[in-house]
Amino acid sequence: MTRLNDFCRRTAMVITGVLLVAAPGLVTAAGGGTAVQHANIDIGNQASLQRGAGYFVNYCLGCHSAQYVRYNRLGEDLGLTEEQVIDNLMFTGERPHDTMDNAMPQTDAASWFGQAPPDLSLVARSRGTDWIYSFLKSFYADPGKPTGVNNLVLQGASMPHVLWEQQGLQRAVFVDHVDEAGNSHQVFEGFEMETPGQLSPEEYDVMVRDITAFLSYVGEPIQMERRSLGIKIILFLIVFLLFAILLKKEIWKQVH
Amino acid sequence: MSTAQDQVKKPGRSDGLMVWINDRFPLTQLLEEHITKYYASKNLTWWYVFGVLSMVVLVIQLLTGIFLTMNYKPSAAEAFASVEYIMRDVEWGWLMRYLHSTGASMFFIVVYLHMFRGMMYGSYRKPRELVWIIGMLIYLCLAAEAFFGYLLPWGQMSYWGAQVIVSLAGAIPVIGDGLVEWVRGDFFISDITLNRFFALHVIAVPLILVALVAVHIIALHHVGSTSPDGVEIKKTKGPDGVPLDGVAFHPFHTSKDLIAIVIFFIVFFAIIFFVPEMGGYFLEHANFEPANPLKTPEHIAPVWYFTPFYAILRAVPDKLGGVIMMGGAMVLLFFLPWLDRGKVASIRYRGWMFKTALGVFAISFIALGYLGTQPATDTYTMLARIFTATYFAFFLLMPIYTKLDPTKPVPDRVT
Repeated sequence: MTRLNDFCRRTAMVITGVLLVAAPGLVTAAGGGTAVQHANIDIGNQASLQRGAGYFVNYCLGCHSAQYVRYNRLGEDLGLTEEQVIDNLMFTGERPHDTMDNAMPQTDAASWFGQAPPDLSLVARSRGTDWIYSFLKSFYADPGKPTGVNNLVLQGASMPHVLWEQQGLQRAVFVDHVDEAGNSHQVFEGFEMETPGQLSPEEYDVMVRDITAFLSYVGEPIQMERRSLGIKIILFLIVFLLFAILLKKEIWKQVH
Repeated sequence: MSTAQDQVKKPGRSDGLMVWINDRFPLTQLLEEHITKYYASKNLTWWYVFGVLSMVVLVIQLLTGIFLTMNYKPSAAEAFASVEYIMRDVEWGWLMRYLHSTGASMFFIVVYLHMFRGMMYGSYRKPRELVWIIGMLIYLCLAAEAFFGYLLPWGQMSYWGAQVIVSLAGAIPVIGDGLVEWVRGDFFISDITLNRFFALHVIAVPLILVALVAVHIIALHHVGSTSPDGVEIKKTKGPDGVPLDGVAFHPFHTSKDLIAIVIFFIVFFAIIFFVPEMGGYFLEHANFEPANPLKTPEHIAPVWYFTPFYAILRAVPDKLGGVIMMGGAMVLLFFLPWLDRGKVASIRYRGWMFKTALGVFAISFIALGYLGTQPATDTYTMLARIFTATYFAFFLLMPIYTKLDPTKPVPDRVT
């Protein structure tokens, strides 16, 4: 028993060590600086996904598409009937089996924004959910920008703050910091709300979390199903393993 | 109870069929030679299961590959969308895709462990040099197969990874630039490149791979498997000609392999169903963005199984030098049978020198693998140079330390 404990402790130490070494890499892999916060979404919360779908259609779909997502599949996965999907999510004459496209011509969009708004089908997989969550919370007033806002997570983003009525408009506070070499840097200290929005910061947080959860679902619609299937398959294999071990013991009895 | 009379089998219908077949094709002989009467040491360790596991993964890759090919479109305009179509609209397409993408990484894990087993027990030594060399050719084919396959999803990392690796050929003097153009079939990685990589990935390389695997097994079964003691079981045979320390592949080793296969599948499915991206190591995050020839990703890194060699490439300041070193890191493995001058085969009877060297080699390989996934900062580049040096030292100093190594006496029979 002590040997087993010892083994577990050593394994845990090795794993911790590897994680410590790998940690800087993992942060870089998330694709952002220090501004990225943990999204803490619950992909199993269907109500959250449904709200997220509503927000997505109302606030995002005008410019961003989700070209690989079909409305009818969306309804099925989110527990909505076809009527509910048609009434609540489809406003521009699509058919239920259509994908979530929009009418914005790519070339026009590019000339309006500098670059066409990217398709969001896979943004949760390329950027990560933490990034989306942080991005939507990190717009701040910047009079020097054509849209009047900048984003701490993606500096110079050409996207306007679509949710400013909900969140309000916040100001980023930077302080001068002089490093050891005597160079001064602008260091981000925090946000200050300039014009409060319709939602309280807590309510806005829930809204952003819903959108993030929805985009996570959109990135990989099968993810809920694969987890539940995985548990069954692995339980079966563990039982099968016991039989395989017994079979081997039986067969090897004759070997001396 | 039973008399000799009972043991004479009466010819049944299936025997009749076997006779009919055996008159025309040596089926029974084939099965006996390779399965029921192929004897391997009874004390094989668990390190010996990775050969069978490589076969299992090969079959997984071939089968899932067929189903993916049915729905994939090898064109720059459609490839990325067709992969998402497989992930979303094709029934069980997501499972085929994850089996295949995870299978690629698992293939390298089991093959690296299989190779390490060979190094531990001296499986490459006389008379198994050809088994080792054919195995190395399989490894090179596998690397080519993985490289060609990685372009097919047509994501950002597919595109830029291929761009970086193909352009390495440009370092070759005189013909370099022409060669790169010839490989791509274009002035940049394009639809044409994707088409030819598809052809190479789904037919040309798999064909060679399967043929080489067959040759690998025929050669192995000709010379026989090693034992963890480095003792040849063929030397001590019973009166019936069966090695005294050997047991038949089936049912003995197969029943043991079955346990390994089930454990393998538990790990394999745990990844597929719970962490198919494996934190960006098996499916890189940047590859969920469609290829964009105008936008270079911030950080280009190959998939983890190439990163040890990629780290060596980057560790050398000169491009051509880097390519030569990277190639050399693979080529040196071919020469193991002749670099090893040790008196004993197995790590069990080697001295501290070989054990230390093998440990340093393993650490270097893993460390280089990690460094290859990271941006090349000054510290990391310095570390990569140190580990490149130790990696090469393992091979180049091998004739010396294996000869000087204080080995232990090898028993006559397996323990």
